[in-house]
Parts: sequence; C-alpha cells; structure tokens
Amino acid sequence: MPTTLYDKIWNDHLVDLQDDGTALLFVDRHLVHEVTSPQAFEGLRNSKRKVRHPELTLAVADHNVPTTDRSKGIADEESKIQVDTLEANCKEFGVQLFGMDDKRQGIVHIIGPEQGFTQPGTVIVCGDSHTATHGAFGSLAFGIGTSEVEHVLATQTLVQKKAKNFRINVNGKLPIGVTSKDVILQIIGKIGTAGGTGCVIEYAGDLITSLSVEQRMTICNMTIEGGARAGLIAPDQKIFDYLKGKPMSPKGDNWDKAVEYWKTLKTDKEAVFDKEINLDASEILPMITWGTSPQDVITIDGKVPNPNHEKDEDKKNSIERSLKYMGLKPDMSAKDIKIDKVFIGSCTNGRIEDLREAAKILKDKKISSSVHAMVVPGSGLVKEQAEQEGLDKIFLESGFEWREPGCSMCLAMNADKLKPEERCASTSNRNFEGRQGRGGRTHLVSPGMAAAAAISGSLDDVRKYQN
Amino acid sequence: MQKFTTLKSIPAYLPIVNIDTDMIIPKQFLKTIKRTGLGKNLFFEMRYDDQGKTIDNFILNKEPFNQSKILIAGKNFGCGSSREHAPWALLDFGITCVISSSFADIFYSNCFKNGILPIILDEEKIKEISEYANRKEEISVDLNDEKIIYGNNEILFKIDSFKKKCLLEGLDDIALSLKKSEKIESFEKNLKEKKPWIFND
Repeated sequence: MPTTLYDKIWNDHLVDLQDDGTALLFVDRHLVHEVTSPQAFEGLRNSKRKVRHPELTLAVADHNVPTTDRSKGIADEESKIQVDTLEANCKEFGVQLFGMDDKRQGIVHIIGPEQGFTQPGTVIVCGDSHTATHGAFGSLAFGIGTSEVEHVLATQTLVQKKAKNFRINVNGKLPIGVTSKDVILQIIGKIGTAGGTGCVIEYAGDLITSLSVEQRMTICNMTIEGGARAGLIAPDQKIFDYLKGKPMSPKGDNWDKAVEYWKTLKTDKEAVFDKEINLDASEILPMITWGTSPQDVITIDGKVPNPNHEKDEDKKNSIERSLKYMGLKPDMSAKDIKIDKVFIGSCTNGRIEDLREAAKILKDKKISSSVHAMVVPGSGLVKEQAEQEGLDKIFLESGFEWREPGCSMCLAMNADKLKPEERCASTSNRNFEGRQGRGGRTHLVSPGMAAAAAISGSLDDVRKYQN
Repeated sequence: MQKFTTLKSIPAYLPIVNIDTDMIIPKQFLKTIKRTGLGKNLFFEMRYDDQGKTIDNFILNKEPFNQSKILIAGKNFGCGSSREHAPWALLDFGITCVISSSFADIFYSNCFKNGILPIILDEEKIKEISEYANRKEEISVDLNDEKIIYGNNEILFKIDSFKKKCLLEGLDDIALSLKKSEKIESFEKNLKEKKPWIFND
C-alpha cells in the first residue's frame, strides 16, 4: 500500500501496537529545557528510575536566561533555581547540557539542527510545542507534556495514537519581500488554529522545495499554531548538505548509510491524504496579525476587521474581545498601527538568515526615535556568525540592541517583556493575550517586516525597502 | 495518579473560544519546580487585576463556581504551549473535568496524565448543558458509562478505550510501558544494526 512520509516514520518506530490502536513509539532524540523538565526528573528520582538513554538526550537552558550581561548570573531568584535545577539534574542523570556560558547555548529548537542532533527520519520530542520546527528535516517532531518527558527519560518511548495525514501543497514563486513566515501565517489564517487538530501536516510543492533549510524550519515551527501535532517536509540534498560535518551528525561509513536511508524518506506518489489543500505562492503578500490568535491575519495592505460585518455570534464576540485587548479600531489600516517595540528573535525567526534579512533592510538606516528595538540571536553560534558578518554593527548603528541568545520576549519568562498596552512588532510565534507581558500587544511579522516597522514607527510594508 | 470514576458538580461556563495555555496559566508561574500549588494562579489575568485584587465578576471567583469541579468552555480549549502546568493548575483548583467542542492535542493528552477527563461534545449540546451552569444546577459525569447526566437527560460521550482504562484505574503510564521492556530492548538491538548512526555519539 502506498504510504506517506509520516506513515513511514511512524511504522519505522513502532515498538508495540495494541489492538485498540495505542502505540508505543521509539524516540531517537530527546531535547530537554529547564521549564518543563524539573518535575520529570523529580518523578524519576522518586521512583528510583534512570534515564534510559542519556546519549540520545540533549539539554539546554533557554526560556529563563537573561539576554543582557551574564557575568552576574540570573537576578530573578525563581529563574535561577530553575536553571540551577536543570544543571543539577543533568549532572545526576548523565545528560549532556549546554550551560549558560557555553557558546553553543541557545534556543532548544535552534541548537538541535545546529549540532546535527536533529536528523531525518527520526522521532524527536521535547517538552515544548515548537518542537515541530525539526520537521523541516523530515523528522517526526512534536511537543509533549512533562509527564511524557518523564516517560521518555525512563523508557525512551512514548505512548501515542496515529494522527491523520494532512498535506499542504504550496506551488509557485513568492513575490519579492515575501518570506516563509508570511507563508505559514497565510496557512494558519486559512486553516485556523484548530485546522490541523489530530493531524500531522506534510508541506509539499515546488515553493517548499525551493526554500532554504532555515526557511523550512520557520514553516514547520508554526505548524503547532495551526493545531497540528507535527509538520514535515521530505528531506532532500539541501538537508544533507546542511547536516554534513555538524558535530553530532553521522560520520564516516555511518554518514553514507544514513544518507542512503534518508533518501527513501518521501511520500509515495499514490499515497492518499485525509485532508489536502493547495496554495499559490505568487498570491501571498507580507502578513501581519491584528488580533490575539495566530489565525487573526491580514496583509500589510489590509484593514483590521469590523465585528459588525460578522454574522456568527461567537466570532463576532471573539473579534470584539481581541480588538479591545489590542486597542485597535475596526476598519483601521494595518499601516496606521503605531508600535513601541520591535523584537527580532525566537525559535521561529532567530537564525542567521533571519538576521541577514532584517539587517539588509536596516543597513544605513535609523529606527524611529519612538521605538525600542532588540535582536536576540537564537544561539551563541548564530550570534558569533552574525558578528563575523558584521550584522551586529548594522543593528547597533540603526538603533537596535544586540543581546545574548535565548527565548527572551517571545514568551517573556526572563526580564524582557512588554509593559501593559505596549505594542510590539515581533518575529515570534504567538500573539496570545499577555504572551509578551501582561497587557502587551503583539503583532506577528517576518524579520524584514519587523525591521521596516522599526524604521517607520508603525507597521509597514517591507517591499518599500527592497531594491 | 488519582482515579476518575464519577463526578458531580455545578459546572462553571467560560464561553470563550481558543482558550490558550498562556491564559490558563501565564508564564510567570512556570518557574516552579513543583507540580502543586498552581490553583491560585489559574486564569490569573482574568481572575486578578493589575494590583492583584480579585476581579469579582470573573466566573471562577463567584459562588458557587469557585467550587466547580467541571469547566465548560469554548472550542479549541488548551491551544498553544505544551505546558503541563495548565492541567496542574486546573487540578490544583479542583477542576477534574473540562467539557468543550474541541481540544488542542497536547493539552488533551496532558489531561489524562493527571486524572482529568476532557469531554468533547458538539456545540449544541454544550449550549444545552451550559444552561445548568447558568441555573447553578449540578450535573453528573460517569466515565464508566461514558455519559453526562443532567436533570432527566443524558448525553453520551466517547473516549478512547485505553485512556478510559488508565483514568478509571489511575494507572501509571511509565509502569505500564516498562512492562514492555523486552520489546523495547529488541527494538533497540534491531535499531543498532539497521541504523547504527542513531546511537553513534
């Protein structure tokens, strides 16, 4: 029977399948961070269990870490305890940790690919919903809860039910200034935040294959915002080239064997999907979110919706609630939305190509005097690379702050947060109420759009700044 | 894990769609290294004002809903982050059953690890039982028979048979999986031969 890429990876990891369809799936790679792991390690300790495969586990502190001078440690007592606890747990259970002073430290979903820990055809889990990012490599990667983290630590397996197959085909060429961030925002706007519930999404089509590895990661990263368990893209030569020579990539004979296997990882031509939609890339424009859900998208040429035009009562209430929280008026133009802050970073858009894209717009320009803007590189290695290319200077000269790596203002667990009613153009992934700080207002955009907003002081069209 | 069999309570109705886990428990409370004590911060930003004072007209701050064990909410409940702090906060508050027309996958699965029963009903039925919340009348949930009893009515719901068994008996997932150790070992042995690079560290 013809099978999908998801079917193939699933079948290849079945340790056990009960009659009721409950499967025990082998986990090849487990990423761990400080927020969702302490209770899992405590559970192991209480039941006198060990980590079954420390060598398949990699830990890093990212959510709580300061992005300013780290020489004085972490000022917030609770954050410090959590980061220290991760360190102590990794030591006790023999798990490799990239500590706060390690230059390889960074956001968990950035360091996995960077180190070659992320590989095609593997099952990758992490106690973090944005684990979907790793699907860009053709791995089945998804977020899990803390009880499941404990389960994986103890057994290297996970109890799962098979999800449905959903394919999204994107064909055609993107207009200038439009990026993979706009593609995924467009997709979420189309399917809704529950559109992928119960599904694994495979992204296909000539636009997807034309994207770089990092651009693919942005798309897979936000799959969870469409409600799907995981997002997948079939691996190709670009992926193999990216992984070749990475510290944790296969070496020697194993490399050749691995590539041979990786080349088999694709959906059969006749495979049938439970759901399938098509998008024309040439019709996608630079996007922004106006509301408090990632599905609340409009183009930069568009207008904020008017609840009075909505017949469905639930939707009308939801629009009203979002507009009130966001402090926006119905029918106002996207470009009239003034901003106070700009955040460039996160596991969605904190990689070197994202920083290059923003720097290209900012070169020889100054940001608006009313805007406070910062760049938080996704990892120490991204930061180092950007500095070698002189990107830090472009950002600093334009008026941006240049920070240390971490999750930072994507979820505001550290000191980087919005004040009530502050408005931010952000390259992150969630515009939920309070996400970037209580009462903070988030507009999700691409790195280029974030740079354009910083210059203009209001949301603006990045295409204006393209040569 | 606490067993779930039957439950009787006046439900609380929160008619908001897409309630995300940031709403259920904001990030400042994720810094804990414990599972307990999160109940007081459940729905923090809706329950307390900027000065930390209780917002009286929020449903879970009102009698008798501050004692509710059942929460009825709008569709796509629990979307967003994978934080298990969301079900921990519900549990610590005393809520062990959430009824919605749909749930986000990770939240749904996290509930079962904590003795919380998430029930999926269609929108019409949700409206019907939410009347009981408005009238402050009790409803009952019977997991074994997969039904909700309200007044003289009953609604049947569906639940995965394995998940149901685990809830009814309060089973520990890890202990169950460790019973399959031989299968895990043989899988690993095979894996080392077939894909040696997986363990190559």
